[in-house]
Amino acid sequence: MPDGASAFQLVFGGDPTLYAIVALSLYVSVCAVVLAALVALPFGAFLALVKFPGRTFIVVVINAFMGLPPVVVGLAVYLLLSRSGPLGSLGILFTPRAMIVAQALLVMPIIAALTRQTIEDLWAEYREELTALRVSPARRVTTLIWDARFSLVTTLLAGFGRAAAEVGTVMVVGGNIDGFTRTMTTAIALETSKGDLPLAMGLGMVLITLIIAVNALAWGARRLGEVRAG
Amino acid sequence: MRAPVSDLPVTFKKASLRVGDVHLLSDIDLMLGTGAPTVLLGPNGSGKSTLLRLAMGLLAPTSGHISWGGRDAPGERLAMVFQRPAMLRRTAAANVDYALAKRDDARVTDLLTQVGLAPLAKRPARKLSGGEQQRLALARALARDPEILFLDEPTASLDPAATKAVEDIVQRIANAGVKIVMATHDIGQARRLAGDIVFLVRGRLVECADATKFFNSPATPEVAAFLRGDLVI
Repeated sequence: MPDGASAFQLVFGGDPTLYAIVALSLYVSVCAVVLAALVALPFGAFLALVKFPGRTFIVVVINAFMGLPPVVVGLAVYLLLSRSGPLGSLGILFTPRAMIVAQALLVMPIIAALTRQTIEDLWAEYREELTALRVSPARRVTTLIWDARFSLVTTLLAGFGRAAAEVGTVMVVGGNIDGFTRTMTTAIALETSKGDLPLAMGLGMVLITLIIAVNALAWGARRLGEVRAG
Repeated sequence: MRAPVSDLPVTFKKASLRVGDVHLLSDIDLMLGTGAPTVLLGPNGSGKSTLLRLAMGLLAPTSGHISWGGRDAPGERLAMVFQRPAMLRRTAAANVDYALAKRDDARVTDLLTQVGLAPLAKRPARKLSGGEQQRLALARALARDPEILFLDEPTASLDPAATKAVEDIVQRIANAGVKIVMATHDIGQARRLAGDIVFLVRGRLVECADATKFFNSPATPEVAAFLRGDLVI
């Protein structure tokens, strides 16, 4: 199977093209998750702890947006960032920055919804105890986030998995430019259509390995939490 | 230094709690003052836990009035141990430390020693047995240096050995001058611990008396039936 052998050669031979694509993919996905987490973690905690009119509607929408079609997000970001769009003056369309923004928007509902659920469940368990201990509202939030830290790490890794495996959004806003905005997923799509199966398979192997590693990390984080904190 | 304001007595005046059409507590007149432990006794669903939550200030009455030391709001020196206390996802020592106003390792060790958990200080609280968790909850409550300690059926799901360990600690706390107010449906436990008994049935205060009088000469047919072992619903 020559294609398979070639793929292994590319992966283990340190092919610079392949590793440049892998590095860009990781950079974009990690930045997107960090950006999304900065907004979605506190927003999810807010939704879990504060009751206000319209909260249920927002929770339903956020939950529904966990399944946002990537190309639709890509299209929306494209329209925002295109030259005639409201944010066109930023000039970041077809750059990694645009890909980060698009992936962050894609991942944000996932992190917010899972954070809300995690914090809400924990709050139901802690509510009377923390109230009886006369814990201030600000300390309640930090306590809940700290005690849910292992579950929240899993949430962030779920967001990373979604970002890393995503192709439609980055294709639309990144343009799949060789050496500049080409990620693992867009490269796999392109190389497959061109018939360059060794590179596509090599990238596929790396991508699957990364996703397995992410899931192993998620499992490890939860296990560590159970052992150390109960 | 100014003496801390006392929350005693906790006074209920015609206090009621209604949720929808359900009366959880009706027209409770009660005064919880200093002295020996007060035990809230009654069958399941009689309103014991609800009364404790009102006295702790976790719930507000829908009618009537509750005061703490003559004030309309509870102070800081109240603590409560729940039937199933929530253990924070930290070590036993960190759970006690959490309740302290400021970090004090010596005080944490002292409190854990008081409840016999010093050797388990570094163990995750959630890995402790039910009885150990209750004792840890007591240490955490004591970290607030309470004047009044409310206990909501703290031994309901414990075996006799764990129950005795908890009761011994409760007795020591009471002897140290902390007012204990404890809910239970265990007549034997009430006999062992109570100075006063408040007997509740279906959200109504049926009898409130000194423990000796309560057990030797009950004033109401409901109490007499309960003490005989009849089902009081």
